[in-house]
Order: sequence, then structure tokens, then C-alpha cells
Amino acid sequence: MGAELIAIFIVAVFIENVVLSQILGLCPFIGVSNKIDSAVGMGLAVIFVLLMASVVTWSVQNFILMPLQLDYLQTISFILVIASLVQFVEMVVRKVAPALYQSLGVFLPLITTNCAVLGISLINIKKGYNLVEATVNAGGAGLGFFFALLIMAGIRERLDISEIPENMKGAPIAFVTAGLLATAFMGFSGLV
Amino acid sequence: MQILTAVLALGILGFIFGAVLSFASKKFEVKIDPKIEQTLELLPGANCGGCGFPGCAGFAEAIVTKGAAPTLCPVMAAENRKKIEDLLGLNKIDAPEKKPVYKAALVKCNGLDTDEYKKFEYMGVPNCQAAVLLQNGPWLCPHRCMGLGSCVAACPFDAIKIGPHHLPEVNEDKCVACGKCVLACPKQLIELVDKEKTVHVKCNSTDRGAEVRKVCKVGCIACGLCVKVCAYDAIKVENNLAHIDYEKCVGCGACVAKCPQKTIIMEDKPNFKGRVAEIDEAACIGCTICFKVCKFSAVNGGTPKEKHSIIPGKCVGCGLCAEKCPKKCIKMIDKS
Repeated sequence: MGAELIAIFIVAVFIENVVLSQILGLCPFIGVSNKIDSAVGMGLAVIFVLLMASVVTWSVQNFILMPLQLDYLQTISFILVIASLVQFVEMVVRKVAPALYQSLGVFLPLITTNCAVLGISLINIKKGYNLVEATVNAGGAGLGFFFALLIMAGIRERLDISEIPENMKGAPIAFVTAGLLATAFMGFSGLV
Repeated sequence: MQILTAVLALGILGFIFGAVLSFASKKFEVKIDPKIEQTLELLPGANCGGCGFPGCAGFAEAIVTKGAAPTLCPVMAAENRKKIEDLLGLNKIDAPEKKPVYKAALVKCNGLDTDEYKKFEYMGVPNCQAAVLLQNGPWLCPHRCMGLGSCVAACPFDAIKIGPHHLPEVNEDKCVACGKCVLACPKQLIELVDKEKTVHVKCNSTDRGAEVRKVCKVGCIACGLCVKVCAYDAIKVENNLAHIDYEKCVGCGACVAKCPQKTIIMEDKPNFKGRVAEIDEAACIGCTICFKVCKFSAVNGGTPKEKHSIIPGKCVGCGLCAEKCPKKCIKMIDKS
């Protein structure tokens, strides 16, 4: 059991990295990877939301949709769940921990539309994970996203001060970097 | 039947979430003073940090909740400051109107950039801090501007660009004196100076004269000629470097003419052209005081009772004669 969970975790972090091999959540990956500070903030927020969302969506799937044979409503109900969950979390954090809200503030609402969250929730169901496995998978995916974002931000901070051909400045070099990074992550395939 | 369960299930789900959210929005409501938002809208929004608070949002909060003075913002237009004061009822208090000093950044280096002034060709990252780490920069003069534009990158108002000779040029219309470039410069070459002042020492080298001569044609050699020529005691040489006391400097340009190294320069500012003296001959009694006091031999006369006049080319507009004239018959007029 324990070994299986570790395997799921490793697979989620490295081999099936959300961003670099499943190509999910590219919007924040490109948008919030300008600075390491904001990348860390966004990464932590995503881990947090992924964990919560996977628990709740798993419960919705298994306790509401399955008994009523409404599997085909998966996508829409998950979007509903994730959006309201993020809203709820934002309100609570704002009230309970203003300091945390200040540092996460901008990123929390952004995650509502982050397809990585929806994607992982759907994959959890598709692979037939139980609640613990789903949570571990979500945690791993979140950590994978965090790493990818952090690596990207580190590279882009260095790109900022290097001499780049005029026509490659900004988004083009970022996309090329992302592509090379994804190729590098392919090296993990076959690890488990 | 199937469709009915679907609609019901999703409807109920939606209703539950809606109810929870509306409950939460009441339960976890955080009251925010609407004044903070209104104040924030009036602030420049460049988040330059010139006020000392973390960005405009932090400053807006500080103004409203902690009573920080809106005048701390060096950037804000006067009318916006008025609006903020109106909003918070601050101008009810009769605070003495402080004369605003409009400052701009001044780069204290005028070094040349031909190969003879270089130790080596720097090919690293275009960033002054990085260049300084390598042999204290590629220039022979250890105080020379790196010319790699860390100040340009730091400027949130797009007011600095690297001009010819690898030296930054400040656009004084755009500069709001937030001081970001001052902090960014690894050589501490930038200073905030009153925009109306036109005479500056364009050097920051504290090396001895002989050493400066070896590495720069326009560096301050601390010869002290400017100190002697200044009629206003506005220049001091400290640490082998001339300093202008801007409180005392009248911008006469006497030091500019005397400086053998051309380190002290006079900027050509269209809205501050400089002045010349003019003697009202009807009122002049020929006391010779102005003749004696003039450091530039720009006053005709010298024999008592003879009416004085100004020699146009020689007067630099220092205003000393106007100050000393017992009859107050000398006026300073604009050059044009």
C-alpha cells in the first residue's frame, strides 16, 4: 500500500508532471514565472487548492454523481465545485489570515480557471483512485507544478539579464525554454 | 426521468454552494474602508516606493488608517494630492504651505568612453552590479559610471536612458525624484537635485588629482579654483572632490568658467536661462561699490560719481552687485 502511494506520488511529480508532460495549466506557467517570489506564491496556492479540490471532487463523484448515474455531468459539476471552493477559501483566508491573503491574494482567484486543478480531479476519477490515492496524486501534481514553475522562474530571471536576440525577447524565448524543459523532463519516463 | 435527476442534482449542488458562499461572505466579511480604494485611485500607481511604503496600495492604506502624510509621495500631481486631502478632510487643518521642491536625478560622471579609458572590454551580463564585481568594472577610473543601465532598469517612470558615451541621460520632465536609481547605482553616482539648478560637479572621484588625471580628462582634481572663485561660498572641496551647496549656489557659472578640467558644467535649461545685471543709471550715484564687488570685471567705472554700466559679455549674472548696491538700483534680468 505504502509503496504504491509513493509510486503514485513520484509519477505525479516527475513522470507525469502536470505542466511539462500533461501540458495542463500553461497559463500560470507562462504568466506567473517572471519572478521567483511570485512563482513560489502561485505554486503554494496551487498545491493547496489541488489538495482541497481533489478531496471534494472525489466525494462529489462517488457520493453524488455515481449513485445517481450522472457521470456525464462530471466536468460541469467539478468546475462548479472548484470555483466555489476557491471563492470560499479566499473568503476564509482573508478573514482568518490576512498576512497569508496578502501574499496569496492575487493568485487564489487565478486558480479558479487553472485547468491543472480540473485536469487532476478528472484524472483521479479516470484512474479509479480511492480517496487516499487521489489526495496523494493531487499533492504530487501540485508539487510537480510548483517545481516546474520554480525552475521556469529561475531560468527566466537569468534570461532577463542575458543578451537575447531582439526578435526572441519575451514570450518567444520563454516558449522555447518551456519546450526544452519539457524535453528534459521526458528523461524521467521509465523511472517507475 | 433521467434529465430530471440531472437538473435536480446539479441545481441542488449549485444551490448548496451558493448558500454556503453567501453565508460565508457575511460570516467572513472583512470591512474595508472605501476611502482606501478612492485614495489608491488618486495615487500614481507606479508602485515606485518613493514614499517608503510597499507600493501605492500600502501607501493608500497608510494614509487612511495610520495618518501618513499624502505629501510623502514625491510623484503625485498637486491636484491629486488636494483631492486626497479633501477626501480625508486633511486640508481643514491650516498647515503652512511648503514650497514644493521639484527635484530630478543627477548623474555625477561625465567620463569619456574611448578605449584609452578602458581596462578591458566587458562582455558579461549588461548589469552594473555584475560589472562592478569583475575588477571593479571595465573602466580605468574606479568611480566612472558603468554605463550598463541598472538605473534605466530601476526607473519605473521611463525617465532615464543611456545616451552617448555610455552615460545615462535623465529626462527631467519625466523624472519625479522617487530615488530608485539612486539606490540602484553601485557607484553612488546619482543624486537628487533641485530641477532649477543648472551648475553641477559631474564627478564623484575622491582620488587624488594626479591619479584622476591619469584616468580621466574631465574628472575633479581638487585644485580648489572653484572654491576661490565662488562669491557665495557655495563650493567646498572635501575628500579631493568639489561639492556644490545647492542652497547657496545661484548658478552664476563663475566656477564653470574657471574649472580647468571642465568638470563643473552648466546645463542649458530652456526654462532657466540665467540672468544678467542691469543698472538703472538715473538712480546710480557712482559709489563704486558694484565695481569693487564684481569678481568678473563686468562693471564699467571706478572713479567716484561716475555712473556705472555693465559690460554685457562679462557679466555672469551672479547678482552680487545687486545685493550690495546701497541705492538698490541694480536689477537682475533674464538673459533673453
